[in-house]
Amino acid sequence: MRIAVLLKQIPDLVEDLELAPDGTDVDREFLAFTLNEFDDQALEEALCLKDAGDAEVVAVALEEPDVDQCLYTALAKGADRAVKLTGAGEGWIDGHRRSAILAAWLATAEFDLILTGVQAADDLDGQLPPLLAARLGLPHASVVVRVELKGQVALVRQELGGGTVADEELRLPAVIGIQAARQAPRYASISRIRQAQQAGGLEEVGAPATDAGPGYHLVRLLAPEAAGHAQMLGGSAGEVAERIVELIRAKGL
Amino acid sequence: MSNDVLVLAEHRDGAVSDVTFELLGKAREIAASWGGRTVALLLGQRELAAELGAADTVQCAEHAALETYNPEAYEAVVLQALEQLEPRLVLTSTTTVGLDLGAALSVRWDAPLVSYVTGLSAGDGTALATAQIYGGKLLAEVELSGPRALCAVLAGSFPHAAGRGETAPTVETLDATGLLDDLRTVVTSVVSPEGGDVDITAADLLVSVGRGIGSQANLEVVEELAEALGAPLAASRPLIDQGWLPKARQVGKSGLSVKPKVYLMFGISGAPEHLEGMRDAELVIACNTDAKAPIFDVADYGTTVDLFDLVPELVSRVAG
Ligand SMILES: Cc1cc2nc3c(=O)[nH]c(=O)nc-3n(C[C@H](O)[C@H](O)[C@H](O)COP(=O)(O)OP(=O)(O)OC[C@H]3O[C@@H](n4cnc5c(N)ncnc54)[C@H](O)[C@@H]3O)c2cc1C
Ligand SMILES: Nc1ncnc2c1ncn2[C@@H]1O[C@H](COP(=O)(O)O)[C@@H](O)[C@H]1O
Repeated sequence: MRIAVLLKQIPDLVEDLELAPDGTDVDREFLAFTLNEFDDQALEEALCLKDAGDAEVVAVALEEPDVDQCLYTALAKGADRAVKLTGAGEGWIDGHRRSAILAAWLATAEFDLILTGVQAADDLDGQLPPLLAARLGLPHASVVVRVELKGQVALVRQELGGGTVADEELRLPAVIGIQAARQAPRYASISRIRQAQQAGGLEEVGAPATDAGPGYHLVRLLAPEAAGHAQMLGGSAGEVAERIVELIRAKGL
Repeated sequence: MSNDVLVLAEHRDGAVSDVTFELLGKAREIAASWGGRTVALLLGQRELAAELGAADTVQCAEHAALETYNPEAYEAVVLQALEQLEPRLVLTSTTTVGLDLGAALSVRWDAPLVSYVTGLSAGDGTALATAQIYGGKLLAEVELSGPRALCAVLAGSFPHAAGRGETAPTVETLDATGLLDDLRTVVTSVVSPEGGDVDITAADLLVSVGRGIGSQANLEVVEELAEALGAPLAASRPLIDQGWLPKARQVGKSGLSVKPKVYLMFGISGAPEHLEGMRDAELVIACNTDAKAPIFDVADYGTTVDLFDLVPELVSRVAG
């Protein structure tokens, strides 16, 4: 059983996002990047599948800021291989193009199961799991919170919203977008990550060429103009608490 | 190509989802300005077609594999419908169904897709979409000028009244024969939410906590406040995924929708998926140390006082 886990770096949303001069991307120069939180869940689920049976886990990422660190972390946590696809270009790459590059490489490597995070905050032209599955001609399910393997079938639990879930069986190979792993993601100590770095072993492969794109015209990005804004309560913690209690009481509660 | 706008109707537990009416209302507006028709596509549960009167026609497909959502079966049938009907614009929502299908159809039907759309208007021969990106921190303006396009619309973006039609629509049947014989995806069961230890949807006052709480041990702080107020404790998704609180406490898109008189929240940023579950609360009071957190755009009252300073003060006032 060979499992690919796709990892992606995204701008850390704790920071302010400034726009680049042409207005169609964020200014990446001073941004901190971090692993998409759902990818950490996908990696955890892959490692749980490995723990439960006989699987090889391959972490795959496009070259992006700080991506080496995240691939070495995957190795430190127990991934068997880490592959970086290089030369796809800098800046924001739309989902259609990303999916075409990843699909072209994945098609050559004979995976039984491809796990990704359910989505990332910089999605504009759709989520990667279905984009990828459509290109590879594979069955897929997103917003998945449980994966079990039974021979060449994946048993998955897909959240449909409002607390309703569907249990599904997908014949492998398949692409699954993970919302949450069965347990909180494991931790890799700095020293384990260093060890992985020193051991090297990051495979670099040239990204397959593609002319795929989103097919629309992105006019500009802009900061939203809020329809409203909360009335801010100033003062000390005690004063703010006083006001909040009054507000609750005023509602008859 | 036509000038028609097609809406993928969604249903859950035997009822048409509210977002479908939002999409229908918007579809009518756009179809009218292009001189096209509004078409609804309804898979499984044909009896629900009567509710889709805002559409000019409802195209129905029925098959055992379409009774509930099956990604592969739905995709095959919708794709065939798009190839036959050739609408100019297709509207889905950003629910699981919309997310799964939208992107796959974008590749297979070869049409651009804009996801998380919050605004949509018809231009001269084009559609102009505004979409959220980076969790709502930025918006993107996108022009769709080709002969076909898909938009996945964020629930709550458009009024649903305009999509509730009075008259009965024409119902037509889509033939799914042969499309669903050899599926690689089988739905074995659909499970509705179990009642939890408390029903957060019934409470007039809810205390809700997010990742700002930092750790499971810290939860004690807000639990004490909830108890003092006699309110159940709800939470954002990350806390549930960590296993810190049961699933029945989750507010949001994939959790429960709540409408309390007061929603008192601590350390929640206001991601669109969380807002989806609490937008209808009467009074929202948010505590978040980040003055730029998106939650302050929707809350009625806000404070940037640290929750660890504020909550004990609240407890002493309520308990005292
Ligand atoms: C398909 C899908 C479905 C989803 N469904 C849901 C859902 O149903 N419900 C849901 O909630 N999410 C859902 N999400 C996740 C959602 O996108 C966000 O990740 C989540 O809502 C973020 O939770 P949060 O606000 O608690 O955490 P964060 O976004 O990390 O925010 C934490 C906030 O706490 C503040 N803070 C930190 N320390 C303090 C302090 N000491 N005092 C006060 N404030 C502090 C920070 O400023 C920050 O704004 C879903 C995502 C996807 C992709
Ligand atoms: N550049 C990339 N490299 C590797 N994996 C990616 C990349 N882009 C997206 N993915 C995977 O697809 C998931 C969904 O991403 P997206 O659809 O871009 O929101 C991510 O969480 C990753 O698992």
